[in-house]
Amino acid sequence: MGIDWSLFWDSLGPLALAALVGTIPLALASFALGMVLAVGAALMRLSKNRLVSAIARLYISVIRGTPLLVQLFVVFYGLPSLGLVINPWPSAIIALSLNVGGYAAEVVRAAILSVDKGQWEAAYMVGMSRRTALRRVILPQAARVAVPPLSNTFISLVKDTSLASLILVTELFRKAQEIAAFTQEFMLLYIEAGLVYWVICLALSSGQMRLERRLDRHVAVA
Amino acid sequence: MSLSPDSSVGGAPALLSVRGVTKSFGDNEVLKSVDLDVSRGEVVAVIGASGSGKTTLLRCLNGLETPDAGVVSVGAVSVDFASAGQGRGGVKALERAKGSLRDQSAMVFQHYNLFPHRTVIENVIEGPVVVQGRSRDEARADALVLLDRVGLAEKADAYPHQLSGGQQQRVGIVRALALKPELLLFDEPTSALDPELVGDVLLLMRDLAAEGWTMVVVTHELQFAREVAAKVAFVDAGRVLEMGPPSQVLGAPREERTRQFVRRLTHPL
Ligand SMILES: Nc1ncnc2c1ncn2[C@@H]1O[C@H](COP(=O)(O)OP(=O)(O)O)[C@@H](O)[C@H]1O
Ligand SMILES: [Mg+2]
Repeated sequence: MGIDWSLFWDSLGPLALAALVGTIPLALASFALGMVLAVGAALMRLSKNRLVSAIARLYISVIRGTPLLVQLFVVFYGLPSLGLVINPWPSAIIALSLNVGGYAAEVVRAAILSVDKGQWEAAYMVGMSRRTALRRVILPQAARVAVPPLSNTFISLVKDTSLASLILVTELFRKAQEIAAFTQEFMLLYIEAGLVYWVICLALSSGQMRLERRLDRHVAVA
Repeated sequence: MSLSPDSSVGGAPALLSVRGVTKSFGDNEVLKSVDLDVSRGEVVAVIGASGSGKTTLLRCLNGLETPDAGVVSVGAVSVDFASAGQGRGGVKALERAKGSLRDQSAMVFQHYNLFPHRTVIENVIEGPVVVQGRSRDEARADALVLLDRVGLAEKADAYPHQLSGGQQQRVGIVRALALKPELLLFDEPTSALDPELVGDVLLLMRDLAAEGWTMVVVTHELQFAREVAAKVAFVDAGRVLEMGPPSQVLGAPREERTRQFVRRLTHPL
């Protein structure tokens, strides 16, 4: 049983295209929204108001305690029974960003807590409000701490987008399934899809390293 | 004898006045009714053992900490903490009151607390530009004058971690000055410094005192207190136990506790 190299090369274009217009935009959009949710949930978690903090804790607990696949299915197949029909793409973005938000919230919270208390005091001392202190002093320093773990979150997310194939989003993995079903070359196509994911993740890892080096430039390693 | 409102009994009017300030952390009563007056242009050194409440007192003066009771007045701002924060909208009102108190003073921290992600000059202009809304160019020009004065103009674009501790603390002082406060608060500004770097910072503070800045300085540098301060306040277990000219408090203390503390600082062995 040899490898059908011509099928391999012929499939690479469609797979790469599916990654480019499916997987990558899906990951980027979900990550961006997820980070907004994460910062919001982290700040709620740190709130002195117990109710606010409890709501954030519940959200984080539910997201981390249930499978992503279940979350995707609830949004896409579950909500319609409540009369709420959402298309595959928005469903995938909603479920994935909620998921990322839940995981990244704890990372962001830990990063905010890791900033020295003296930084808050200095920010207040120069007259800043809590909001301004967060924006100008605390979050920039927390970001430096959060970049490595959040990069890992993003890399996981890229791979997790493959689950969106199960709610009919044509991304990289679904494209591979389509070609495989048509050609009956399952092994070849699934390995090829895996390779494309791998290349994307390698590129992201190297980007991560460069970003970390840049962020460390101005700050002595504590 | 003048009858102008400025000539209150006992000399210049108080710029800072503290009356009956108390503060507890849980069961730990850290400040037990503190009174303190500082006239405009006066330097007061605050001394006392570690844990006696000196830092907490300073933090109460500029709203970093909320006293349980008592009145803090700086310049035109006066906050009565017994009533502030009560009733509807009290929390917001209290935050506003602390904010206006904070606008009156600027603090120099023991560990400098410079913003590590910003350059020296950015550290200095952060408050003036972001909070006070001054123009960037104007704030930069002012900041450069101040930095030049402390011999750090050429470090304007360096990051804090590239400076020595003494240089960082001088930037901390410049950051405080750039806010143009009525009152300067120093919390053991030289305690974290290597001994050979202490002198520059103390000299700068002496110059500021000579220029007429009103300063409250928590310090263990008795020589500085003796030469620069008009008054020394000895804090013991959350009270100002004794206050007066350095010659009295450091030279001939009335209280046995003060005597012991001063002796231990002067003769550690
Ligand atoms: N935020 C805080 N929470 C609880 N206890 C505190 C806090 N800040 C200070 N304390 C306590 O208050 C006391 C006085 O501290 P501090 O004002 O720092 O004294 P000093 O500056 O004279 O060394 C200490 O017992 C300290 O543990
Ligand atoms: Mg202290």
